[in-house]
Amino acid sequence: MTARAFLIRGLIAGLVAGIATFFVAYSVGEPHVETAIALEESGTAAEEAPTDASHDHGDEAAGGHSHTHSHSHGDEGEDTEVSRDSQRTWGLLTGSLAVGLALGGIVALVAAGTIGRMGRLQPGQSTALITLLGFVAFALVPFLKYPANPPAVGSGDTIGDRTALYFGFVVVSVLTAVAATYVALRLRNRLGTYGGVVAGAAGYLAVMVVAGQLFATVNEVGDFPADTLWFFRRASLFTLATMWGVIGVVLTGLVGRLYAAQTERAQRRALAASL
Amino acid sequence: MSQVSAVPVAGAPSVPTIPFGQLAPWALFFGLLGTLVLFFVSTDQGAVSLLAGTAIHEWVHDGRHLLGYPCH
Repeated sequence: MTARAFLIRGLIAGLVAGIATFFVAYSVGEPHVETAIALEESGTAAEEAPTDASHDHGDEAAGGHSHTHSHSHGDEGEDTEVSRDSQRTWGLLTGSLAVGLALGGIVALVAAGTIGRMGRLQPGQSTALITLLGFVAFALVPFLKYPANPPAVGSGDTIGDRTALYFGFVVVSVLTAVAATYVALRLRNRLGTYGGVVAGAAGYLAVMVVAGQLFATVNEVGDFPADTLWFFRRASLFTLATMWGVIGVVLTGLVGRLYAAQTERAQRRALAASL
Repeated sequence: MSQVSAVPVAGAPSVPTIPFGQLAPWALFFGLLGTLVLFFVSTDQGAVSLLAGTAIHEWVHDGRHLLGYPCH
């Protein structure tokens, strides 16, 4: 049970999760991305082309659905065009793998710091709990406040504000979850496991409800078709759930095996010493 | 695996912990690396640009949308 052993297992879990996430995102999400881009290019989407023509729709004659954004800062550097075929295959795979590896490693190191420190939970159990808390705090709750948007929803002019709000909310959510977990573990000594967990969960919920009220609402949907929006957001939630679910399952299994092997060695040594 | 911290008691081994001091360099190094990777996939060449151009944004475009990060 070392930090190194956890990190390696986290990276393995992240790799598997990244691959699984790609397949889910590709098969469940991409059809709706294509629909959204088709809407965007046909001009029926809510967001009309901004007056400064910051959206470059590419060479439609040559590439069909070449979907490029040059944004308002497009004049700073040369724009690189990536074909839709690359974006939805290798590009999506790159993003999924990179996020999977990063999250897998980070989750594993957090899990490494919590083993033996979460009541009587075994290493595998605390690892599973940490991954579940990570999904709720880092992905699910931020999604409820700022759900994913398909292409064609969201103005390039507000990307700065939306990014700051999104990551601000993520930071509040993660810090609150860490504090709530700590409080729950401390209260557990006085109130018992049931009382501690309920108090911690209620505290997280209360802070996030208030934060959700205080953070500005972003609504740039306009008259984008509701069904496509829902399908895309549901697919995005499936994608996130796949990422975290696979990280949790694989990492929990690997940590459980690691601990079982170590326990067995220790017991053999103890037996040998007692003879 | 030589740095097992807890000494298991025969019969009922207690759950080992990893000392925070031993964990800190790993957490610091990989925490920074992981955050940087997440930043490049989720945000770079959108609201904030560390690298000029739009190549990264375009390449991970679909992942950015489907993983729920603000885009456009």
